[in-house]
Amino acid sequence: MTVRFTLNGVPVSVECAGSRRLLDTLRGDLGKTGTKEGCGEGECGACSVLIDGEVVDSCLVAVGQVEGRNVLTVEGLAGPDGTLSRLQQAFIEHGAAQCGICTPGMLLAAHVLLQRTIRPSAADVREGLAGNLCRCTGYTKIIEAVLSCTT
Amino acid sequence: MADKRRIIGTALRKVDAVAKVTGGTRFADDLSFPRMLYCKLLRSTQPHAKIVSVDTTAARQLDGVHAVLTGQDLPIPFGILPVSQDEHALCLDKVRFIGDPVAAVAATSEETATAALDRIKVAYEPLQAFDSAEAAVAHPEPRIHDYGDSGNLHKLINLEFGDADAGIAEADLVREDLFFFEGNTHLPMEQHAAVAMWSPDGKLTLWTSTQTPHYVHRALAKVLELPAARVRVIATPNGGGFGGKSDPFSHELVVAKLAMVTGRPVKITLTREEVFYCHRGRHPTLMWVRTGVKQNGAITGMHFRSLLDGGAYGSYGVASTYYTGALQTVTYNVPRYHFQGARAFTNKAPCGPKRGHGTPQPRFALEVHLDKIAEQLEIDPAELRLRTLVPAHSLTANYLRVGSMGLGECIAKVVEGSGWKRKFRKLPHGRGVGLACSSYISGAGLPIYWNNMPHSGVQLRCDRGGGVTVFCGSTEIGQGSDSILAYIVAEILGIDPFDIAVVTADTDLTPVDLGSYSSRVTLMSGNAALQAAERARQILAVHAAKRLEVPAARLSFAAGRVFDRKDHKRGMSFAEAVQLAEAAEGTVGTVGSYTPPQGAGKYRGAGVGPSPAYSYSACVAEVEVDPETGIVRVPTIWIAHDVGQSINTAAVIGQVEGSIYMGLGEALMEEMAYRGNRKVVHKIPSLLEYKSPTTLEMCDVVTYLIEDPDPNGPFGAKEVGQGPLLPVMPAVANAVYDAVGVRIDEVPITPEKVLKAIRRKEKGEVGRFGPDAFPEIPWPEPTQIPTPWEGGDGKAVTGAPIPLERPH
Repeated sequence: MTVRFTLNGVPVSVECAGSRRLLDTLRGDLGKTGTKEGCGEGECGACSVLIDGEVVDSCLVAVGQVEGRNVLTVEGLAGPDGTLSRLQQAFIEHGAAQCGICTPGMLLAAHVLLQRTIRPSAADVREGLAGNLCRCTGYTKIIEAVLSCTT
Repeated sequence: MADKRRIIGTALRKVDAVAKVTGGTRFADDLSFPRMLYCKLLRSTQPHAKIVSVDTTAARQLDGVHAVLTGQDLPIPFGILPVSQDEHALCLDKVRFIGDPVAAVAATSEETATAALDRIKVAYEPLQAFDSAEAAVAHPEPRIHDYGDSGNLHKLINLEFGDADAGIAEADLVREDLFFFEGNTHLPMEQHAAVAMWSPDGKLTLWTSTQTPHYVHRALAKVLELPAARVRVIATPNGGGFGGKSDPFSHELVVAKLAMVTGRPVKITLTREEVFYCHRGRHPTLMWVRTGVKQNGAITGMHFRSLLDGGAYGSYGVASTYYTGALQTVTYNVPRYHFQGARAFTNKAPCGPKRGHGTPQPRFALEVHLDKIAEQLEIDPAELRLRTLVPAHSLTANYLRVGSMGLGECIAKVVEGSGWKRKFRKLPHGRGVGLACSSYISGAGLPIYWNNMPHSGVQLRCDRGGGVTVFCGSTEIGQGSDSILAYIVAEILGIDPFDIAVVTADTDLTPVDLGSYSSRVTLMSGNAALQAAERARQILAVHAAKRLEVPAARLSFAAGRVFDRKDHKRGMSFAEAVQLAEAAEGTVGTVGSYTPPQGAGKYRGAGVGPSPAYSYSACVAEVEVDPETGIVRVPTIWIAHDVGQSINTAAVIGQVEGSIYMGLGEALMEEMAYRGNRKVVHKIPSLLEYKSPTTLEMCDVVTYLIEDPDPNGPFGAKEVGQGPLLPVMPAVANAVYDAVGVRIDEVPITPEKVLKAIRRKEKGEVGRFGPDAFPEIPWPEPTQIPTPWEGGDGKAVTGAPIPLERPH
């Protein structure tokens, strides 16, 4: 089938089985390899993307489900001219990315958190990122980076 | 030539950070090539069985299938250690654990490859399977491997450094304890992946998420029978390693062979389940320790036994076994020491090196053991440790050369920072604090393949445009090794580290670095980079000095300029200095390399433990234990780490916090458990079941860095990636005792274990959960090595031991 949706602000259409995982479509068909697979069963959050502003695990979403919707991946976080978002800058400055595999998903989860909560507390940030596993940082620098964007 | 440092010791961002926050980093699974095929592996459903037959006919007939391989196609064995070449890319005649790879398919899509696997028929003849080290000790037959020291015991070690029993006999207090450390796994968030390409000119290229491209290079050349010169291994940035990507793996050899057979690029990405089968994680380890101490806390002798459950293959296991006995001596003064270690083969996923490699288990045992001794002696546990510290720049009973040693300062920092003195044994029931210390190597003193060549090499090229390229075989696994190279070179040449091109981990382009394991990279590749950069600086200085008409020794390299330290205006750009040198001498390139100093031990087994420098850590954990549920919560951990000198403070603290996190997971929840009738089916080959800490379980971390530069480190730097993990598990166990008065002598410290111990205590029994026996092991005769203070020279002796004398 043909699936049409908006990816990072740009309309796209792909020919594939509607049951194909959104993760595979993004990575394999559309070349957006910034989205990572960490488990394939919705547990680690590495494949997090936003669908109409909601964080979802793209390994659990069939591409047919995003017909007509807006999908945002890590590649869409920077401005059109490549200017990094404040959150991306904060991740760099705080050393919140080590190996970088969980980073795209973390950024998207944190992006939504900051959009919804004006001044999140450390506890809010922990709650907001609890669905994203990181094995490198102990989360500490990630939480610091997110909190630095709240003032 | 000493300029003021501008980069070393600051908190610069990493050189690859922008790529990582934009999704631009190309990991192995992100690579794709035209005509690429996809590989899937068929894995054993039997824990231990002979392979009677493998029928691949139906699989080969499936549309889209290009090749099917079985064991016969890759019959040459391999393994990371020369002494245990016991793996086959695909099992030849028997399988040894559920998950052992048996056959491989290359097809036009992963779906087709998976469908083809379903059409492969394997007939097995089951053999008795063994689910624990104890079972392997009890059953020498049937043997899992046809090599090893005895029956199903892969390795047996018996080393005596002085007469430990005589030492223990002099003690005022002798204490014996048993501990068990459950296995756990690395769980890198990136699933292993590899892509192979075979070119018509007979050259093979493999991109792979490995921590050790050099050893993968060796394994490929051996198994595929190709000259090493025709094999190129490129390690892609690893999405986390922690030791789990340090072995050459079946899937790497298989895709390489499939690329050769099909003439097309072939890719494999393991599923999360398969990552659990690759494992090579923490060995489940049973430990017995007996120590004699004087009333003042001085240790008179120690006897330590370990029994490791190695799983189905050798991996790094021989080294792991030695490591369970090696580093007991580098923190506290142990004048006489007896170590017996055994590693068993079992029918489970193979164990290997995980962060701390073989040392977290004995460290857990030792630090809880000392906590119990301190209580019996009525000495504060921090004080006990301070009284028995190994002196800096000394030699231990087992001939390890300790250099800088900041453990005393580490203890002082966490004692003060945590409010230890007002909390220890004084908090209300249910809350407690515990203290533990540790040490770790900054790289192993010996390479895996013994030779006299450097462990790390760097080539440095200066471009006439002012650019500098650093080539090094080191592998970026998230720890920041690419950045370290750039910082060190930038510091010496006075240029912007973000202007430096770093080319790493490519066996065609970069000089060998042995790999990102044993916390060796900052010290070893750092020293190599330092040497290469200093040589380049020397060349440039000669020619700049001539032009500027000042002595070369008076030149400063800073801010992209080369100038007279006494008259800053008298200078030139870095690029001009390169141009002058290039005009005079030709292309400006230098090399640097690093070989660790020789170890002091000359006995068999002395190769494990020596290191150019040892890091030290002290840790206080505060816990809240719910006596009704047994749930342990850790609000805060204070950690002080003696890193020698930070190259990048932010990266160092990041490594400390990451270590605390991983230690917390090991302390409270992570375990590789097996189930089923035969107990050899992996209980949790899934992220749904393998519990690791999320943001909600992670504690607050208060970090103190102790910076006492070590003479062997670049700028004095020692390791930080592994050491700070080690004290977390015993600190938590000791804190649980402080909180509710029960001893959990086993990790992970799960609510069930805490509750059981509390119930036992309530019934008037011993409030403890832990192992209660150490099996009889057919130990070999001990190798006797007189200690340095008994006139020993590091060699083993036979015959009567030399009379004992007290150490200094």
